[in-house]
Amino acid sequence: MSLVPTDEQRQLADTAREFLREYAPVTALRQLRETHDPLGYSMDLWSRMAELGWAGITIPEQYGGLDFGFAGTGLLMQECGRTLAASPLFASCVLGAGAIALAGSDAQKQKLLPLVATGELRLALALEETHRHDPAGVGIAATRSARGWELSGVKQFVIDGHSAEQLVVVARTGGAPGEQGGLSLFLVDAGAPGLERHRLALLDSRNAARLEFRSVHVDDAMRLGEAGEAWPALQQVLDRGRAALAAEMLGGAEECFERTLAYLKQREQFGAVIGSFQALQHRAAQMFAELELLRSAVRAACDAVEASPSMLPLLASLVKARANDCAELLTNEAVQLHGGIGTTDELDIGLFLKRARVCMQLLGDSAFHRARYASLRGF
Amino acid sequence: MSDTAVFRATARSWLEENCPASQRQPITPGEQYWGGRNGSFPSEDARIWFERMREQRWVVPEWPLAYGGAGLGEQEARIIKDEMRKLGCRSPLYSLGIWMLGPALLEFGSEAQKDEHLPAIAQGRARWCQGYSEPGAGSDLASLQTRAEIDGDHFVLNGSKIWTSQADRADWIFCLVRTDPAARKQEGISFLLIDMASPGITVRPIELISGASEFCQTFFDNVRVPRGNLVGPLHGGWGVAKALLKHERKLMSEIGIESATRAYGAIECAKRYLPVNATGQVADAVMRDRLARHEMQMHAIGLTQQRIIEESKARAGSGLTALVMKYCGTEEEKRRQELMVAMMGSQGLGWEGEDFSGPEIDTVRGMLGSKALSIAGGSSEIQLNIIAKRALGLPGVT
Repeated sequence: MSLVPTDEQRQLADTAREFLREYAPVTALRQLRETHDPLGYSMDLWSRMAELGWAGITIPEQYGGLDFGFAGTGLLMQECGRTLAASPLFASCVLGAGAIALAGSDAQKQKLLPLVATGELRLALALEETHRHDPAGVGIAATRSARGWELSGVKQFVIDGHSAEQLVVVARTGGAPGEQGGLSLFLVDAGAPGLERHRLALLDSRNAARLEFRSVHVDDAMRLGEAGEAWPALQQVLDRGRAALAAEMLGGAEECFERTLAYLKQREQFGAVIGSFQALQHRAAQMFAELELLRSAVRAACDAVEASPSMLPLLASLVKARANDCAELLTNEAVQLHGGIGTTDELDIGLFLKRARVCMQLLGDSAFHRARYASLRGF
Repeated sequence: MSDTAVFRATARSWLEENCPASQRQPITPGEQYWGGRNGSFPSEDARIWFERMREQRWVVPEWPLAYGGAGLGEQEARIIKDEMRKLGCRSPLYSLGIWMLGPALLEFGSEAQKDEHLPAIAQGRARWCQGYSEPGAGSDLASLQTRAEIDGDHFVLNGSKIWTSQADRADWIFCLVRTDPAARKQEGISFLLIDMASPGITVRPIELISGASEFCQTFFDNVRVPRGNLVGPLHGGWGVAKALLKHERKLMSEIGIESATRAYGAIECAKRYLPVNATGQVADAVMRDRLARHEMQMHAIGLTQQRIIEESKARAGSGLTALVMKYCGTEEEKRRQELMVAMMGSQGLGWEGEDFSGPEIDTVRGMLGSKALSIAGGSSEIQLNIIAKRALGLPGVT
């Protein structure tokens, strides 16, 4: 296991930080929000990211990617979290490409991954069906038809679901909701007849959609992996997603903390900077401790994706629960310590809080992951 | 095989051959060997184990050969520790001399002091205790008042020290004393080594909320100490003390890992005392969540300890991470203790007697005793002050 970034990885993070500061600062998100941008991110930014190789960062070289390793994905996500950069990086490259890489046939990988790596093909993962994260609870049925499969049902909270060209849909071909067996993955064209996509307006001004499938036809060739046996690959995709999302949340929490710390050193009341008051110093010190622990867990989880996959489930739940709790604490404290101004839209702190709330629900809240951690540890 | 892999294999087979089976069982406080003039071995196996480790020089593997160590590097010493932990080997010698004074003497001691004291520590001949805190100087340690006045070749000591662990059984005490009352408080302090057999020293044991304890108060009444027992410069004791406190904090942050009682681990405790469902899961969702929180916190603390080691090896990172470990480690250990008592219900209320098992009583006593963890060695509040100042650059408390 390695918890220290290599020189190469540090370089990637530095480059990413400079790039995002220039092309995707927090003001860019404000602009997308104010103009009610229908896409929810800038295609110009996405092409630039793809040019830097980000879209293919974890995709193997043979499929046109950089094969940089998942630690690189983590560092990019962390930097994106710092500026609240909106892009298809997470939905398409971590979740979508992850599903194809882990479950797809070689022919599918040959055909699709190079397109993801150039940024031309954007994917999304359609998993949730209720308002609570519940991967085994998938109920929408894919039934055998003469020409392949037929999908009917509703998917919720699909990140980038309204803008992706292709959707990886988790559907049930056997078993009952709640069972891990019987799940299958299908690749569905966004323009498929019978598929309706509805973008949701969430508090973070980013992208999520509700998808309605009405007898949508899917060719059997678009099935990823064996029918009914998607669970192990799905778990891995979700765990990678949790690690990447935790990295984004770490970046957001770090940024929030640094802005708050700067404010503590600058804001004066009672004739002194408020950062000289011990009551506030101790709260800042506790946040620092939380960030340090989260940093170790993020590095360990991202490293485990390639270095020790058997540890990934435990580390993914560890890091997602920690990131959730840390993000909640730090964004709330950031508002409180900024005082009245912290509650205004003018200050960016609120944007970090809003993004954190979405991330906290996405791929499992803390209660979900503590229960999963307990099960994995055998209690 | 790499050199380290060879060393690891050799160390492991030596330990397997030389550590008696009885010395690979979890240890209770009564089974610890602390050495010293009046020290006695709790068992014949404990004596054999200690003597073999002493001859092998692995009681202090990283100390120089001249002082009773094996002269090994940090990495090799860590391998020995790792392998001992994996095999469940007990520490052959419990010693404040090894954990605290030794590293400070190696850094600040004169040649004569190192020759006199380090081999005696490594060979278990001298047992040390610590004299820092005073009744009027706790968190504000630098306000200490025990006076040492120069009188010819001697210092003459008057005052008292509190929380002097095991002073009633120690051969020597290392003390912070005031040598210059006129100077600013940190600048008038010196670091002295004092023979506990000196005339004028009296020791009174302290009873704690957890019962009889190893803590004492030690009184000095015109105690004469040779000037050669001054460590570091006259009035320069604060620097020595700070270096030594770092060792103590490191030790305290590791306390959850090396607990020495009959008490169960948290998960085992849950399985023994809480209803579990058919799949072996703790049935009470709230208790299960509390246990998961604890286990996850320990997991994250463990990963952070590992990251600190890796970063220091790679000369990477901020170097500030270590500042949070004492705070996080001791606060979590207190939560663990409360959780276990809560899981035991009314069986977690026993003070003594046959109605409660050994692990139950140790858990109760452990919970009470753990309250000191976040006070001793720099309280949690002091730790937070240090983080605020050093890591965050916030203005000091005036």
